[in-house]
Amino acid sequence: MSVEMDAVLQAVDLAKRSGADDADAWLSTGRRFNVTVLNKEIEQLEEADSRVLGLRVFVGQRSALVYSSDLASDALSELAGQAIELAKLSGEDRWTSLPEEPFADGADAADLGLYDPEVFAQDPQTLIDLALRAEAAARGHDPKITNSEGANVSRQEGTIALANSHGFAGSYRSSSCSLSASAVVDDADYKKRVGRWETSDRFFGQLEDAELVGRTAARRALGQLGTRKVTTQEAPVVWSPEMARQFLDLLAYAASGELRYQGDSFLIDREGDRLGSPLLTIVDDALLPGRLGSRPFDDEGLSSQRTTLFEAGVFNSFLFDTYSARRAGRESTSNAGRSVAFQRGMTLGVSPSNLTMVAGESSPEEIIAGVRQGLYLTEMLGFGENLATGDFSRGASGFWIEDGALAYPVAEINIAGRIQDMLAGIDAVGNDLSVLDTLAAPTFRIGEMMVSGS
Amino acid sequence: MVTNTSLSSSAGGLEFFAARFGIDADACNDLLRLALEHGGDYADLFFEYTTQRMIAFENGSVRTASGGVVQGLGVRVVRGDAVGYAYTEQFDPESMRRAARTASNIAINAGDHTVRPRAVETVRTANRYPVPVFSIDESAGLTLDMLARADAAARRVGTSIHNVDIHLVEQVKRIAVATSEGRLAGDVQPLLKFRVQALSVRGSDRQRGFDGIGLRVGLDALGEDARAPESIAESAARRAILSHDAVEAPAGFLPVVLAAGDSGVWLHEAVGHGLEADFSRKRLSNYSDRVGQQVASPLCTIVDDGTHLTIQGAINVDDEGQEPQHNVLIQDGILRDYMHDWISARHYGRAPSGNGRRQDFRHAPLPRMTTTYMLPGEAQPDDVIRAVDRGIFCVSFSGGQVDISSGDYVFATDEAYLIEQGRLTAPLRTTNLIGNGPDSLMRVTMVGNDLRISDIGGTCGKSGQWAPVSLGLPTVLVDGITVGGTGQ
Repeated sequence: MSVEMDAVLQAVDLAKRSGADDADAWLSTGRRFNVTVLNKEIEQLEEADSRVLGLRVFVGQRSALVYSSDLASDALSELAGQAIELAKLSGEDRWTSLPEEPFADGADAADLGLYDPEVFAQDPQTLIDLALRAEAAARGHDPKITNSEGANVSRQEGTIALANSHGFAGSYRSSSCSLSASAVVDDADYKKRVGRWETSDRFFGQLEDAELVGRTAARRALGQLGTRKVTTQEAPVVWSPEMARQFLDLLAYAASGELRYQGDSFLIDREGDRLGSPLLTIVDDALLPGRLGSRPFDDEGLSSQRTTLFEAGVFNSFLFDTYSARRAGRESTSNAGRSVAFQRGMTLGVSPSNLTMVAGESSPEEIIAGVRQGLYLTEMLGFGENLATGDFSRGASGFWIEDGALAYPVAEINIAGRIQDMLAGIDAVGNDLSVLDTLAAPTFRIGEMMVSGS
Repeated sequence: MVTNTSLSSSAGGLEFFAARFGIDADACNDLLRLALEHGGDYADLFFEYTTQRMIAFENGSVRTASGGVVQGLGVRVVRGDAVGYAYTEQFDPESMRRAARTASNIAINAGDHTVRPRAVETVRTANRYPVPVFSIDESAGLTLDMLARADAAARRVGTSIHNVDIHLVEQVKRIAVATSEGRLAGDVQPLLKFRVQALSVRGSDRQRGFDGIGLRVGLDALGEDARAPESIAESAARRAILSHDAVEAPAGFLPVVLAAGDSGVWLHEAVGHGLEADFSRKRLSNYSDRVGQQVASPLCTIVDDGTHLTIQGAINVDDEGQEPQHNVLIQDGILRDYMHDWISARHYGRAPSGNGRRQDFRHAPLPRMTTTYMLPGEAQPDDVIRAVDRGIFCVSFSGGQVDISSGDYVFATDEAYLIEQGRLTAPLRTTNLIGNGPDSLMRVTMVGNDLRISDIGGTCGKSGQWAPVSLGLPTVLVDGITVGGTGQ
């Protein structure tokens, strides 16, 4: 019995002894190492172990969630007491409960390829050298590159353990590592332009080559030289894969079961409706081998699954955890996620696993070639959306397209529209699926958006 | 400005760690020696014990109650321009020593960068947010009554109010900081965040409105020294209902009047981050190497000041053990200074400015804002609106972001109105304002006499770290900012 399983089982047991009718305990432990180099020197080196345990108790139809990093028996006992106290504060909520669906059968997570012993087998100097190589490649790519924000390598490995009072107990190990680089060039008016590129994977050997990461960051910086604004106009917008991933993330949030019961999404009551172009298919899949969002069971212990959010433009399903599913009269889609957020403590809510906007047929070159005057979007800034109404507005930068080719870099502009119109207006989807972390998307084009500039 | 120094918050913070974990001056001296055993210029220890309770009150009852403790020690060693950082969640001597040793590794083979730590001595600090009793330690009955009253107040505003979601966070953060320069300081930092979101439904039109406060006060201050929960809830409900009549914001380059108070978010994005000294030290921001130059209209004097009382951006001591100050960043449009942490203060040959802050013990500090605002000018607020033929009047916002390398910023309006011929006409749907810091600041043509520091409190993100801040502004006219609407 591992230390982690011991702790969660003990926490559940103590909760029941303290008066809980039901309980679950979730423990995340791990270690991390992070190095940033700047100008060929180490700028920051950071290492730590950490852990946090979240205990959720149910007393009748009341529940509460408490968390702590202290796993000693007396601390867990105190934690259980605090949980019961807080549960007594809660209102009665007939939808709150442990899941009733069958739990994961504790299947081996090894098939999912979540853990690579090589990640922490690497000597720290190896990782430092990777960062140095990436920065050197960025700086050396062009004499105009005179600075960088640094290059960074990080690695983590850890364990998730979960137990509940319905008899579920399971755990899995996982690892991840990442490498990023940046390049800075001086532009007019004291402005600097920064290019960044990043690679991440659960497997150390799958990271992109350090020199490639550096050169890509450099090219992305150089491409921004001479950036200007454009005049306000309605125009097609081609979304680069990096920006497509952000749009994907936003759509998945609009499809969260939590927003559904809060009344806060334009997707409410729209299941089965054609809302988007037939080119649009979006899937959430927690079973993709090796991917950063994969896990054998969700943070309530339900077996991972694949859920289609949009199928050829038709909105198919929200993503649910147990609570939001019961509110909706549906079943959980195994999208329960726990996290610790600043000033919110630990929360349990809906969390996508691996999101994919399914690739299409067109090449990115064809997609750009089909635009006479429009925007190729490479960065967004700010958060100007209202998911209840679908209003969308973001600061933007990228390249202006003229007669089917990228003409010059643009920034300090804004793109706006209604998400409903944007979805219906997707008129091309690329074949260039690009993955980073838990998001995968290709280039796509929206036929018309409002571009604000001068 | 009156501060109560008779009950030093520093003493309160230090006594907590000594009594509960046996962490006293000797323990700190020991750990600092260990941290610097391989060499280095500077080291500090940051102890934290934070308790927190979060209540989500939805439609008349507690939907979620959660709470917990975050505790730990972060050890930082600085050697030249390099930082070694390690942390542990455990306060037993062996875990703390291990963290100190791990951080010390940055200085192996350091050569001649070596300093001996000075024995720590307690620093007395002001007490800008004394709270005699913390609501988190009390029974929650009064808290629940307050939440129920706020819910009822929001619903009384109109029958179209369907959902009322209230979030209450009660937090007490106890810290102790010990530095190799001999400073030992503590603090007890209460934080109360009360936020209401109301949803109004008319047919198929769903509109949200929100309002809130973030203050370093006890719960009993609400309705006395701070806005009452009922009036915050009413404001959220009114904004939701108003939004039904909101029209598309125009698109294009237009004059913008920023209402006093919450509009400080514009300043925070347009210039605040750019003046954090780490960016300038590394020559990454568009304000690098520009001290002494004109970067704003002569009407603008912009400060960052951690010495205000009870607001979210108030601190008794920063997270490097330094005292906060009234820092003039831009005077009459001329850039005077940046906000510093220990590393940048050393680089620039300045005294630390009290801006060295960290999210928690797991993070090394960075230069961060505290309370950032523009000093008041001469204009009457009504004259500022009257001066605009066609533009936007912005009252509240939902957030923003800046690219510090170019200075381009974006922030999103929440409550805003069209100005036509000097009068407020239609309410506007949420939209972005996009600009460039120095460009926008040079376009400030009127500054009102009505400086207000917002009680909303902001949560500022930088380099993966969040920090509680405050912001403020008088009524200001910027003669052109790009408005990212969809209308004409």
